[in-house]
Amino acid sequence: MDNFYLDNPDLRFHLTHPLMKKIVALKERQYADQGKYDFAPVDFEDALDNYDKILEIVGEICATVIGPNADGVDKEGPTLDENGVNYASGTQINLDIIRKAGLMGLTLPREYGGLNFCSVPYTMIADVVSRADASFVNIWGLQDCAETIHEFATDEQKEKYLPRITQGATMAMDLTEPDAGSDLQAVMLKATYNEKEDRWYLNGVKRFITNGDGDIALVLARSEEGSTDGRGLSMFIYDRASKGVTVRRIEHKMGIIGSPTCELVFRNAPAELVGQRRLGLIKYVMSLMNSARLGIAAQSVGIAEAAYREAIAYAREREQFGKPIIKFPAVYEMVSSMKARLDAIRSLLYETTRFVDIYKAYGFIAHENPLTKPEQEEMKRYQKLADIFTPLVKGISSEYCNSMAYDSLQIHGGSGFMKEYPIERIYRDARITTIYEGTTQLQMVAAIRGITTGGYLAAIRDYEMVEIKPELQIYRRTLINLTEEFEETVKMVTVVGDNEYTDFHARRMVEMAANIIMGYMLMHDTNRNHDYWKSLEIFLRIARSENKARAERIRISNINDLGRFKQE
Amino acid sequence: MKSLKIVVLAKQVPDTRNVGKDAMKADGTVNRAALAAIFNPEDLNALEQALRLKESFPGTTITLLTMGPGRAAEVIREGLYRGADGGVLLTDRAFAGADTLATSYALACAIRKIKDFDIIIAGRQAIDGDTAQVGPQVAEKLSVPQVTYVEEILGLKENKLTVKRRLERGVETVEVPLPCVLTVNSSAPDCRPRNAKALMKYKHARTVTERQDSSDDYITLYNDRPYLDIPEWSVNDIETDIEQLGLSGSPTKVKKIENIVFQAKETMVIRPDDENINSFMKELIDNHTLG
Repeated sequence: MDNFYLDNPDLRFHLTHPLMKKIVALKERQYADQGKYDFAPVDFEDALDNYDKILEIVGEICATVIGPNADGVDKEGPTLDENGVNYASGTQINLDIIRKAGLMGLTLPREYGGLNFCSVPYTMIADVVSRADASFVNIWGLQDCAETIHEFATDEQKEKYLPRITQGATMAMDLTEPDAGSDLQAVMLKATYNEKEDRWYLNGVKRFITNGDGDIALVLARSEEGSTDGRGLSMFIYDRASKGVTVRRIEHKMGIIGSPTCELVFRNAPAELVGQRRLGLIKYVMSLMNSARLGIAAQSVGIAEAAYREAIAYAREREQFGKPIIKFPAVYEMVSSMKARLDAIRSLLYETTRFVDIYKAYGFIAHENPLTKPEQEEMKRYQKLADIFTPLVKGISSEYCNSMAYDSLQIHGGSGFMKEYPIERIYRDARITTIYEGTTQLQMVAAIRGITTGGYLAAIRDYEMVEIKPELQIYRRTLINLTEEFEETVKMVTVVGDNEYTDFHARRMVEMAANIIMGYMLMHDTNRNHDYWKSLEIFLRIARSENKARAERIRISNINDLGRFKQE
Repeated sequence: MKSLKIVVLAKQVPDTRNVGKDAMKADGTVNRAALAAIFNPEDLNALEQALRLKESFPGTTITLLTMGPGRAAEVIREGLYRGADGGVLLTDRAFAGADTLATSYALACAIRKIKDFDIIIAGRQAIDGDTAQVGPQVAEKLSVPQVTYVEEILGLKENKLTVKRRLERGVETVEVPLPCVLTVNSSAPDCRPRNAKALMKYKHARTVTERQDSSDDYITLYNDRPYLDIPEWSVNDIETDIEQLGLSGSPTKVKKIENIVFQAKETMVIRPDDENINSFMKELIDNHTLG
């Protein structure tokens, strides 16, 4: 039977990364749940086998239901009536089957009905689902918001909301407003506290809200009257059952059509405060955004996978000049480069996810028992890595996913431009990934810290020290050379000592670092499994030429470029 | 509301839907080794009907019954992952070589041991033999009414099930008193997916034989978790007349097996006028190609 997990050995390869043993032991607290829950794992092998088998369920559902439904969902789209949003019929079928399979609230603790999954298998499910239907992963993936409730809400709120999520309630993250997009400090939706009722009420408008009619929403609102910046914002839980919000419209979008994007009007909508006042943006949204960004990175990788598969299948089947077009260098180079870049972003995705897993697990442990000094240091180290790798992987994988969808459509020629082939939808679905949850340009602004503080360089140096097989030394040599070039180039920028100039070259520098990091990822992958050797070879060729071009662009630049390019 | 005791009959079959070139042996029999062993598709439709009844009538229990070699325990596990409460594997050399008569005899004997049942649900037929005989024969042997070609169970009132049958030329709604046997069509809803928690709970479920054969690290689990034991019944565990089992109980003899390769040899020309088209349509209807 078709299965999107079993037909892709790269997934199991990443699922069985050596660091998983540590991650799962931290997440499962040395397998303490086994006496309490009949479905809790008894040891590492058991837990890993659980992940594997559940990914198998997901793979089957994706190949037999969600994937085949995707075209119909894209054509039908969600609709709006007086009761709110109705999903496309295919989306509803997908959701029902996902609920029956018990795949909601996966990362939540078992006491709330969750499966206590760590982020790696959760992210992998998002990867697999995105290949099947990128619009559906948005609805499914918003269960991420539950993590924010789990991390910051009161016990009473957790008892109230988390079991609903594990039973299948959908969620929404209500941040954006007409005048607050990238700049969330400008959020105006008003939260007023009614002392008599001991309750908050929300009033105002939210826009571009994915799954805006979801059962439970997290809402960013201005709770501090007279405030104007991010410090006046708090986070609230809104329950759809209270009927305080109307969906005014569903946006007509270019892609991910199955995912309803809503404009919401809050009219005295009752809500509960999450955590502390004033920390809405600066603490909770930051945490929410980090996991959402990782989610978009997974979505990008899944879409890239779909684009690659469509490309290679079409190139093998389509014959011109008496042979399949994959025999022509212009085509096979495109296809092989796609596979190399796909392997690179997937490796970067799971590396970042492992960092997130480790520091988050320590965070939850710290809620109950103080961490030892070495544990604290380790948590800090991984948190720093997660902080600089998250914008990197979101930025790079979403850009790659777009260029791969572009190449895949190109390989299809005229047929790709027609509605008959899935690549047309994949191409449109890919387009949003570089925009939402922070544009690529904003990811670069977030990632630049990794350049200026030397975070990426330190990570690269660590990768350099990892022991590898003798036959891979030559690749390490190449990567060391690239690192020297990177360091010199960065110095040319930082020595100027001008923040705007650093921002001007931010993307170039971040992309250089990303290429080196992904090169190391593929080298380590090849060290573990020789099957990645071809992708390593190809990727390093891409990385070397791209980094040279970026270094050259910076070399011929100076501070006067700012004046040259500036627009009023 | 009444809670029900349901027995689902399921069979592990070679996946004849995805056959490769080595699917048949030279002697014309199915090469079981070359085909994946799967849960017979219409038995999954049957299981789904049982699971829906369980949802409507809380307290309902579903027991899977399968007959086959040791590896058929996988069918029980697949059922547990989807919401069944337990299962029995009927396995013994003495059952080997059974035709539909001997199979239904053995199953009926096993059901007599299970004793208490309200509904037995089976798939219409298995994809390896396509006989559609076992379900009806089980009903006969247990002397209970049967409804075949079931597409949907519409309701249960005063100990009577209302059932929709999908027939070749239409739909029939019938009522049947409990206990009874139903056989379910593939036009019935697909079975739900395996459930994550159920899978994690039951993935170590094993028969005694499987536990003896495997170098399983989880042997200690079986003491604490009795639900991980899949009962395995041999001929000694059920009351039977041994002569009616296996080969000796099977009057069916395969006389000859032919490999049929479909090919169009004859051609027919139909002139594009009303008269010719009408007579062609009539011919197609008469030979059941249409309608």
